[in-house]
Amino acid sequence: MDWHSLLTSSLEQALGPTAVIYCLAAIGLNVHFGYTGLLNFGQAGFMMVCGYTMVAMATIFDWSLWLGLALGLVFTVVFAFILGVPTLRLRADYLAIVTIAAAEIVRQTAGAAKFSEYFGGQDGMTGFIGPFRAVNPYSSEVGIPGLFMFGPYTIWVMTVGWSLVAASCLVVWMLMRSPWGRVLKSIREDEDAVRSLGKNVYSYKMQALVLGGIFGALAGVMTGLRSASIGPSFFATDVTFFAYTVLLIGGAARVLGPVAGALIFWFLITALGTFFEQATGGTDPLIPAWIMDANQASLMRFIFLGLGLMLLMIFRPQGIFGDRRELALDAR
Amino acid sequence: MPADSREILGDDAHDATPAAPEVDVAAARRALDDVPREPGAPKPDPILRAQGVVRNFGGLKAVDVDHVEVQRGVITALIGPNGAGKTTFFNLLTGFDRPDHGEWWFNDKRLNKMAAYRVSRLGMVRTFQLTKVLSRLTVMENMRVGATGQTGEKIWAAWQPWLWRQQEEDNTRKAESLLERFLLIKKQHDFAGSLSGGQRKLLEMARALMADPELVMLDEPMAGVNPALKQSLLGHVKSLRDEGRSVLFVEHDMDMVRDISDWVVVMAQGRIIAEGPPDSVMGDQRVIDAYLGAHHDVDLTEAQAEEQILAEAKAEIAQDHAEEQQ
Repeated sequence: MDWHSLLTSSLEQALGPTAVIYCLAAIGLNVHFGYTGLLNFGQAGFMMVCGYTMVAMATIFDWSLWLGLALGLVFTVVFAFILGVPTLRLRADYLAIVTIAAAEIVRQTAGAAKFSEYFGGQDGMTGFIGPFRAVNPYSSEVGIPGLFMFGPYTIWVMTVGWSLVAASCLVVWMLMRSPWGRVLKSIREDEDAVRSLGKNVYSYKMQALVLGGIFGALAGVMTGLRSASIGPSFFATDVTFFAYTVLLIGGAARVLGPVAGALIFWFLITALGTFFEQATGGTDPLIPAWIMDANQASLMRFIFLGLGLMLLMIFRPQGIFGDRRELALDAR
Repeated sequence: MPADSREILGDDAHDATPAAPEVDVAAARRALDDVPREPGAPKPDPILRAQGVVRNFGGLKAVDVDHVEVQRGVITALIGPNGAGKTTFFNLLTGFDRPDHGEWWFNDKRLNKMAAYRVSRLGMVRTFQLTKVLSRLTVMENMRVGATGQTGEKIWAAWQPWLWRQQEEDNTRKAESLLERFLLIKKQHDFAGSLSGGQRKLLEMARALMADPELVMLDEPMAGVNPALKQSLLGHVKSLRDEGRSVLFVEHDMDMVRDISDWVVVMAQGRIIAEGPPDSVMGDQRVIDAYLGAHHDVDLTEAQAEEQILAEAKAEIAQDHAEEQQ
């Protein structure tokens, strides 16, 4: 068992671009679910709309990535309105149904063979990353030797990504300490009470849906930049559910919850994955093949993830950063 | 209590938004002397009027109010047996439900199809039968949400604290004086979810007052409150009137109705069946019938009772039989 490589690969994943993506997606979900109580199960859809718009504009029309990003954000807002207008007047579950369906519609449409001429079908699109690579200030590897090491491109993506995370956290922090944020939290607690106090609940929910969607859109953009390509397989429904896991580990309705959650989630899932890979690999595996082989072992991390999530919900439902006092309440 | 509370409330409580106009309570009550004691009677100075409001739930006509007016500056009680449509009527008036037809006015402003939050902004703020406190917000935050016209509640201003800090401080001071009056000041940093049932009722009432409403609509303010707290709640409701607000409340508790209301409106099966001052209404035959059934004072002898039960049972069996055959 190579404990050192297990540690380094886990640390690299915890700090790396993938953790950034899930962190941003979870910040969006935090605005939706943590603060406003909106059940958005289609965060992957928001990610995809913006990521795909940016990349498609660059590959099809030779737009700059900035311009594509701007249009992508506009489309994200439009997407939020399409989802929100019919459902936000209804009970919370309707938004959940509509968002999960819409995210799949977007993914299936963009991945359809019919549009492969434009969007590259299931393979997605590549060859847009040149301008982003060109402005990379790093020319060599960066890291702490013996702990983690990132290539020049990866560290550039991370720099941009973690800066976006910092900016997003700042925005969330500033908004949620304001009276505006207080109205969102009140809506989470009881919509009718807020309505009876003269607040336009529908409008606030829409604003929250758009804002959280924009954080999701940034996650979609980072997905494209990380992989230097973009395709439907990056935006499957499990992306949304992993982002929810990240949020719940860190603690919903806490500004830094998604950050802590992303670090912990990716550290643990990589550590578990590497452990089982090593334990079943090689000539004399730690776990004999009659118990499980390498293929089966690759799924063990998800089993443990599910188990961990259950234990978290039972023993610390408020997450790492959650407020213990809230737990003492019989809120519902 | 009323005089004290006014003092505690102080003048600054009325700074942010124009308060309810000062009304002479005695004069408002005297004005009701000449109002005929009959359903739908016109009032000299109505703050709320409703005309032909009907709400059907499937085949059931839950509310069918021909005409009703609520006098300004007094406490009006809306009573009636369970299922009379009181709460539904309340929901219709406050925009939480839409009637099938009908019109109603608040201060001569027509409220038809107006969203609940707009109704509230006009100065007609309600509370709920099942108390709705915002559990995972502190008591103070609950109060602050109640304030109207907050600049910081707009998203473009929210991230610029210097635009709303002053207003927030004013609201906090106002909330503090209200919490003091409603004896919740020691709880201001606790989560509202940790309050007892009675304290929640108080908080809900105090929160409604943050908006400086002209008309306070209380849906069963005494439901689930212990007798000791009931007295204090009664005092609070009276103090609302004494500071010039109009109060309309739904209630089951007859002692409370008798004790504090200036005018009583009785509903049964969706209709207004009687109106008048508490004493005259309590003696009204229609009201007694509505509550106790039309034949409650007719004694049945044992033989008659047996006969009647037998007849009813027979009729029921016959009906069941007929239904089976269909």
